[in-house]
Amino acid sequence: MSGKDRLAIFPSRGAQSLMKARLTGAQRGHSLLKKKADALQMRFRMILSKIIETKTLMGEVMKEAAFSLAEAKFTTGDFNQVVLQNVTKAQIKIRTKKDNVAGVTLPVFESYQDGTDTYELAGLARGGQQLAKLKKNYQTAIKLLVELASLQTSFVTLDDVIKITNRRVNAIEHVIIPRIERTLAYIISELDELEREEFYRLKKIQDKKKVIKAAAEVFRKSRKFDEEQAMNMFDEGDDDILF
Amino acid sequence: MALHSAVKGKLLAVIGDEDTCVGFLLGGIGEINKHRQSNFLVVDKNTSVSDIEDAFRRFIKRDDVDIILINQNVAEMVRHCIDSHTQPIPAVLEIPSKDHPYDASKDSILRRAKGMFNPEDIAA
Repeated sequence: MSGKDRLAIFPSRGAQSLMKARLTGAQRGHSLLKKKADALQMRFRMILSKIIETKTLMGEVMKEAAFSLAEAKFTTGDFNQVVLQNVTKAQIKIRTKKDNVAGVTLPVFESYQDGTDTYELAGLARGGQQLAKLKKNYQTAIKLLVELASLQTSFVTLDDVIKITNRRVNAIEHVIIPRIERTLAYIISELDELEREEFYRLKKIQDKKKVIKAAAEVFRKSRKFDEEQAMNMFDEGDDDILF
Repeated sequence: MALHSAVKGKLLAVIGDEDTCVGFLLGGIGEINKHRQSNFLVVDKNTSVSDIEDAFRRFIKRDDVDIILINQNVAEMVRHCIDSHTQPIPAVLEIPSKDHPYDASKDSILRRAKGMFNPEDIAA
């Protein structure tokens, strides 16, 4: 940013009041955006700590789920292929809701049950209890993961929005406001210059007027003197004149 | 299909080893659509990296998938794909697998948060 960077505007009183209005506008915008950035930042930190918490919890839950899978395999025998081949319709689905933080919409996922269990009859022969436990464990894991996913989505969205907001705040603070201030200073200096010029001109005219007046006075005086002289010529107190 | 799925609930997709997939399928997330396309991919030692990439890209493109679960060891193989996916939806979640414990320092999302929290805090 160069120091002479300012708006191209004609320096006049009108432009000055316009610039002043723009400066207050920019300052208000700056403070509002700053508030928004702070609100987002607060939410962001909250989400971040929640994510970390949930991620550690996820580790535990996944471990438990994997363990129950091993348990079920031990009692039922290998059922991997049966499960993989018998997929039809999803039982757990996700709904999306919207949450609003300082004008930013964040998606919130929510899982819900839809339809019947495809593997209702799995483990009917043996290991039914283990399989039921296994299903339950994985369903808890899915719930947790869905929660984590919505946190993570909020995280990504907020991250972007915060970046944009901060960029705007900085742009106003470091580019727009200084530019308006420079323009204002320029207008003021220009106006001062004009005023000085005007004053000088006024003085000059006054001086001129004075000189003219003095000359006129001198002229008037000299004429008066001449007249007097002329009068004197006739009236020189000659006594030898008749009458 | 797109309009239909917008009204209906969205799906979760899984990319992971056999046990992870089986577990989540038993949890009830598996679906095969009309075109016989499944929403999961079983990765074994014979699966090539390009297969995983293709599956991942396919899941991202599908508008009925909202969340993609991927094993962290699998995610490591297609890290560039995951890093290039920056849209919030579908959300990509890295999950631990049975024989690979969860490592927070490798997570794409948590790496972005590194500036604010150091990895030791995350791991703790």
